[in-house]
Amino acid sequence: MADRRAFAARLIGALLAVLLLAPLLATTASAVEPDEIAADPAIEARARAISKGLRCLVCQNESIDESNAELARDLRLLVRQRLQAGDSDQAVTAYIVSRYGDFVLLDPPFKAATYALWLGPLAITAFAFGFVFVFYRRRAGRSEAAPLSEDDERRLAKLIDRNDP
Amino acid sequence: MTVELGHFALVLALLVAIVQGTVPLHGAARGSEPLMAVGRTAALAQFLLVLLAFLSLMNAYVQSDFSVLNVAQNSHSAKPLLYKIAGTWGNHEGSMLLWVLILALFGAALALFGSGLPQALKARALGVQAWVGVGFYLFILLTSNPFARLDPPPLDGQGLNPLLQDPGLAFHPPFLYLGYVGFSMAYAFAVAALIGGRVDPGWARWVRPWTLAAWIFLTIGIVLGSWWAYYELGWGGWWYWDPVENASLIPWLAGTALLHSAIVVEKRDALKGWTVFLALVTFGCSLLGTFLVRSGVLTSVHAFAQDPARGVFILLLLLLFAGGGFVLFAWRGPRLAGGGLFRPISREGSLLFNNLVLSVAAATVLLGTLYPLLLESMGGGKVSVGPPFFNRIFVPLMLPLIAAMAIGPMLAWKRGDLGQAMKRLMVAAGAALVATAAVSAILGSIEPAGVLGLALAAWLLAGTLAELAQRIRLFAVPLAESLRRLKGVPLGAWGMTLAHAGFALMIAGMTGSQVWRQEATLLMQPGEAVAFAGFEVGFDGVAAVPGPNYIAERGRFTIRDGKRVIAQLEPEKRRYPVEGRETTEAAIRTTAWGDLYLAVGDARDDGGRVVRLYFNPLMLWLWFGAAVMVAGGGLSVLDRRLRLGAPKRVRTGAVPAAARS
Repeated sequence: MADRRAFAARLIGALLAVLLLAPLLATTASAVEPDEIAADPAIEARARAISKGLRCLVCQNESIDESNAELARDLRLLVRQRLQAGDSDQAVTAYIVSRYGDFVLLDPPFKAATYALWLGPLAITAFAFGFVFVFYRRRAGRSEAAPLSEDDERRLAKLIDRNDP
Repeated sequence: MTVELGHFALVLALLVAIVQGTVPLHGAARGSEPLMAVGRTAALAQFLLVLLAFLSLMNAYVQSDFSVLNVAQNSHSAKPLLYKIAGTWGNHEGSMLLWVLILALFGAALALFGSGLPQALKARALGVQAWVGVGFYLFILLTSNPFARLDPPPLDGQGLNPLLQDPGLAFHPPFLYLGYVGFSMAYAFAVAALIGGRVDPGWARWVRPWTLAAWIFLTIGIVLGSWWAYYELGWGGWWYWDPVENASLIPWLAGTALLHSAIVVEKRDALKGWTVFLALVTFGCSLLGTFLVRSGVLTSVHAFAQDPARGVFILLLLLLFAGGGFVLFAWRGPRLAGGGLFRPISREGSLLFNNLVLSVAAATVLLGTLYPLLLESMGGGKVSVGPPFFNRIFVPLMLPLIAAMAIGPMLAWKRGDLGQAMKRLMVAAGAALVATAAVSAILGSIEPAGVLGLALAAWLLAGTLAELAQRIRLFAVPLAESLRRLKGVPLGAWGMTLAHAGFALMIAGMTGSQVWRQEATLLMQPGEAVAFAGFEVGFDGVAAVPGPNYIAERGRFTIRDGKRVIAQLEPEKRRYPVEGRETTEAAIRTTAWGDLYLAVGDARDDGGRVVRLYFNPLMLWLWFGAAVMVAGGGLSVLDRRLRLGAPKRVRTGAVPAAARS
């Protein structure tokens, strides 16, 4: 009984820390079970942030942070283990990618296979702005005729002269 | 009524659609009135036939006729009546039947209410609509027959996915389809105009109400889906950037752009080619959404069709209709140039900016959604494109759009004065500053993302109201005069005000619930209480409660604010024995300030329960804002100038739309 109390106290302490840190995290929901939560709130917060970027491989489009699947739970525990062993955030992610491939990353890496993905939006934006720019340029040409060059002025004067009775 | 009757009616509908797709088009080309009039009769007949087909399937569901394969696979005799009815479209075949029913419904509506339209335009639009119908009737009859029999019939059905047995989701697909399919009207009008070679302000006035109606339905459909995900999935989130969600967001973005560019065609006779192009794109996106969801190419909870033949068929339809539209546009589109000139800083310019951003946003979401599919199909390996990607790209795109949303309506047509507009928006800038200061003061800390979001929401809301105030010359003339002017504000203008104000409220809700969410996952024993987000949440225990076709474990929680009991919350975990699945039913206490959200999980050996607690600030604002935005769309549809085509109006010689602005 006392054991359970102590556990609950530790748990609530950890949770309070998570609550205080919660606004710092870009939030989605959690399927983290209470018994998975790391004792060190700093490690727990880092684990949550890492988990949100990792895909649950057996579900579709859920991060391991949200998923109830067994595999997601194993991965969550793995993330916490590595962090407790002293790995940096990058090292933990790299370790999981080395085991499961890029597919596990919800935030796709920037590399040859994803250049088009990451640069695509920029290209689309540039194209769209260019399109609108050309649109205005062409129409500006139509609305306000460019001032006549000196040559044209002279020719115009001649034409007017010629038409004068 | 047997389903064979429905099957027969659907085949007849296909034949009628073929007639509707040929005779009126031929009549329009020859200028023959009797031939064009066939379109009207055919559209009505087609609708009645599809309705008969749909009702015969629905009847089989209500009667639990398990000799029908579709019913046996997706229904169960113990299901509540609502879900027997909703079960009709809760599966691939039935949902495609709903799709064509709605298509025929729009066709019939055009036949009935479009009597003021130029006859050739109407005949062509009905003809084009019929061809879309032909494609999908063939799809159903050849690959997805909902009327197939099963011999011998089973004693009972296999039941419906319990996730779908929910009021929010029962009506999510019909609204979504009303939206998707509604954009077929814009498509039909665009193709008809390309065939006829003429796009003018009158055309835009015909297209706008249909586009608006489709947009309203699509908005409702998306919000219902989002709301459902919020309270049913038990994680307290409301948008997951799931490919299926994206498949509905892409046409929504394109459709929103179309609504705005059609205004420019209507008022200024400009951007004609672009608007026709957008109409083609919007329906193309709807077809693409149908393809993504129906083909099962995205493996997701939504995609229950796993047969590749179906995917290929829809892909062919998509290529045919979208591709055909674009080819026609490339051929005839250049003729549509011309129209009123305008400067970049003007009302038209701001609407063009809106189109620019929304198109880029739609293209970007499309890219992110399709990228994993494209990469894998080209042998480039598997990648995931998840929420981090979309948030990083989508949010920065929306910021300038929201900032400009307050300014655009303040600018004059043709040539606006930015300085003057900004002067009038001083109030809005003040509101944004006050919001920033208030939020920072209340929370005692500055959260940049949250402050930015709320400041933008305040800016847009105040800016939108400032536009209305200026329209009625509030404080510039006596109050009575302003009130008189208020009565004279056309419904279309009210529509804009409400839609923009609603969007501002939604931004506040999105920001609050994303930035300041609090969450906790606890192991709680009955009788235990925890402090959470300023509440004291006491867990009283769990009781088993039988439902109509499930068994619920209902948790009981007492929420205290200090010593006072403010709420009793009862989240459930339901088990559906027929389907062998479980669902969570979150309990939510909603206030304007935020939602307290509780979900109860599995029992532990020691009698404890996993309890998930969330506090989602300003959540109500998101739903309420969406409702306001939809109401704005509704008011806009009712605007008189959009109904000028109705026969009575034309005969009594209504005020020409040009006289109003």
